Amino acid sequence: MLLIIEQVLNGLQLGIMLFLMSAGLTLVFGIMQVINLAHGSFYMLGAFVGATVTACTGSFLAGIAVALPAAALAGMLVEALVLRRLYKKDHVDQVLATFGLIMFFNEATRMIWGRQPLFMDVPPWLSGSIEIIPGVPYPSYRVAVIGVGALVALFLYILFTHTRIGMQIRAGASNREMAGALGINIKMLYTLVFGLGTLLAGLAGVMAGPILAVEAGMGESILILTFVVIVIGGIGSVRGALVGALLVGMVDTLGRAFLPALFRLFLSPAYADGVAASMASMSIYILMAAILVWRPRGLLPAHA
Amino acid sequence: MFRQSTRKILFLAAGALFLLLLPPVAKLVGEPYFISLFSRILIYALAAVSLDLILGYGGMVSLGHAAFFGIGAYVVSIFAFHGFEGSPIISWPFTLHGQTSGLVAWPAAILACALLAAIIGALSLRTSGMHFIMITLAFAQMLYYFFVSLEAYGGDDGLSLFSRNTLPGLDLGDDTHFYYLCLALLFTFLFIAWRLVHSRFGMVIRGSRENEKRMQALGFPTFRYKLVCFIIAGAAAGLAGALIANQTEYVSPGLMHWTRSGEILIMVLLGGMGTLFGPVLGAATFLLLEEVLAIYTEHWMFYLGPFLIVVVLFAKHGIYGIIAGREEKHG
Amino acid sequence: MAEILLRAQDLSKSFGAVQACRNLSLDIATGEIHALIGPNGAGKTTLLNQLSGDLMPDSGHIFFNGKEISRLPLHKRAHLGLSRAYQITSIFPHLSVEENLLLAIQAHSGHSFRFWKNAATDPQLQAQLIPALEQVGLAERAGERAGSLSHGEKRQLEVGMALACKPKLLLLDEPMAGMGPGGTVELSKLILKLKEHVTILLVEHDMNAIFALADRITVLVYGEAIATGTPEQIRSDPAVRQAYLGDEVQ
Repeated sequence: MLLIIEQVLNGLQLGIMLFLMSAGLTLVFGIMQVINLAHGSFYMLGAFVGATVTACTGSFLAGIAVALPAAALAGMLVEALVLRRLYKKDHVDQVLATFGLIMFFNEATRMIWGRQPLFMDVPPWLSGSIEIIPGVPYPSYRVAVIGVGALVALFLYILFTHTRIGMQIRAGASNREMAGALGINIKMLYTLVFGLGTLLAGLAGVMAGPILAVEAGMGESILILTFVVIVIGGIGSVRGALVGALLVGMVDTLGRAFLPALFRLFLSPAYADGVAASMASMSIYILMAAILVWRPRGLLPAHA
Repeated sequence: MFRQSTRKILFLAAGALFLLLLPPVAKLVGEPYFISLFSRILIYALAAVSLDLILGYGGMVSLGHAAFFGIGAYVVSIFAFHGFEGSPIISWPFTLHGQTSGLVAWPAAILACALLAAIIGALSLRTSGMHFIMITLAFAQMLYYFFVSLEAYGGDDGLSLFSRNTLPGLDLGDDTHFYYLCLALLFTFLFIAWRLVHSRFGMVIRGSRENEKRMQALGFPTFRYKLVCFIIAGAAAGLAGALIANQTEYVSPGLMHWTRSGEILIMVLLGGMGTLFGPVLGAATFLLLEEVLAIYTEHWMFYLGPFLIVVVLFAKHGIYGIIAGREEKHG
Repeated sequence: MAEILLRAQDLSKSFGAVQACRNLSLDIATGEIHALIGPNGAGKTTLLNQLSGDLMPDSGHIFFNGKEISRLPLHKRAHLGLSRAYQITSIFPHLSVEENLLLAIQAHSGHSFRFWKNAATDPQLQAQLIPALEQVGLAERAGERAGSLSHGEKRQLEVGMALACKPKLLLLDEPMAGMGPGGTVELSKLILKLKEHVTILLVEHDMNAIFALADRITVLVYGEAIATGTPEQIRSDPAVRQAYLGDEVQ
């Protein structure tokens, strides 16, 4: 029982990280209609900058405080220099150009920080556990991650429904030309949206630092999960991203945790573990395929 | 000076001649390494041409094409592994024994990929645009993770082959024999693909790329044609995979990683999308660049990345487009 | 009275809060040129989209030649004899004029799972190409890239492609948009010539052309058909005058 609760919380935490990654990216897909493979690179940037600053200053908060603007600025720079020219191009061109960006960022990271992974410690003031449910101790750090994610979700909700800029973003999502005709500075808006997306990715990266290894190429593995989330949730839909992220986080985590036990019920232990490992790694893709058959445009698509 | 079509024919003839004469010339100048390097190029060229079929002509941007490349390679390796071990691959519902004969393993690879392409295509082609890209990507990654988890066949470490497959009348262990076989297969596929894109089937595929709605309005049920095209391309990539397993005598899940799909995509772009011959040039360029740049710096990707961006933004039609002129482009 | 080729019955279609089509009913008789007019936003395109299969109605029925086609996919309607000439961007700009028409011909010459023979020189297709080119007056421009044609020529190609499908009913979607008076005259002549072989539903804004060509006119306002009749009947219908014509046509 304790194990189940713990795994559910783990799934929630993974889901939150995926939400941070996918919220920004789904907006970029939906509003600018650009497929950006390099999104993972900003996650990586956040992790590396965060790890380096934390190691230098000894303060995790300082790490976050530098990593976030770094990711946002890097994002806006990339948008202005490269992405902007891709908006009107074919998807193939966008895929190839952003693939080139991945190569560049990964290699640049290796050149600056070397090939060995960096290690980031959980900050001492978060290294204990909390009993958020009585009798179930859970690492404080992961609770903090969940908390931050929930705050971000709330912030985005308020941003989109109660602020002018949020409305402008939604207007831009529905109808670019109209929004432009209404005097909204589309160029500036796009840069900001992109920057917001990369900021969130950087946040996910710096928070992932203590949990996962910080190394070049770390962006690609989470990128795939992010894509799955976006496809499941619906392109352009932040609500969809939230639902999709939580779903994917849960299915992946619970699958890995409990499929071996499940398969051991009717297969020999050696076989069971092998089959379970394979199934667990494929589970979210099977989920994606199933959802696509039922709802080709995702669970909560942005437009009717 | 020369008319565009004459220029194109001359260029293609020169290229074919170069490839035909490579092994004896390489041996003459004492660099037999080039034979195996170019075998690799020919194999990747086959994969790239198959991608061009669905991408350049069909407009289907698949980021999962390497999945077929990898599966083809794994089918051959699994057959070989069991062939040497003596154990059957599966015992139920029927017994399937391993084989080191290319005559069995290679068609098996092609068939497996065709089947897989049918399934993936049937699910993915219901979508288009960004959805399609991400879905093909996701399916390829699914297969990648599946093979990583497959401890029986090496998992992440991969699987080695004890020797290359056997084919009657040929000694594939001899690099020169192997090279000419790859060349023959590439030429054959180029010929088949050429006829394909100019046939009625090809016209439907090309029309669907430009304006699928209009094609449907004219009366074409475009889905089934795209699916068949996807299957053909997947099967060809499977053959390329079978060849790469033989060439390197080693397979690993990395062969089907989505970044591998990206590399094949780059080859198509560099060479020229929608030209069939361009991707051959693109494969050669990419792999040779990789070889050459790696000598100067281990960080060659740092330069290749921006180079790629520049090509995408400013030299859309690839090298073949520059050389052969733009008449055959489909935009 | 001539038999009914197409009957739309109580068609309704909404986009969110906007009801583009309200219980719309329409009959098109075989052999006539039936025009559809109405102010912008009246729902003409939505109706046309539902008839061609680009959109599915929320409710209502469409019968073509007695057969219900309300939810039939696009490509099947083409084979029943329902063809649509879209606006300009619907030709294949990178293919030649010839290749454009060959595609349309090919669509109705059996299946296309033929992988070997060159389509461009296929005698079965070529045989129908010449008449198709001449029917729309594009014989001289056959080898040129469709994208490089003039506006009027693209229109001709568009109609040519729709005709190559040997339709029983041709849906013409604002064929005269953006054309000068000379082009309009040519196109009107073409449409009259076509009338011998094909029933036509014409959506247009050019009032003079409409009144010259149409056998019957249906007027659409806010998604509803407010009047159907001969040009004379429409001209003198008070509801129509009030809603649409005003003082433009006397």
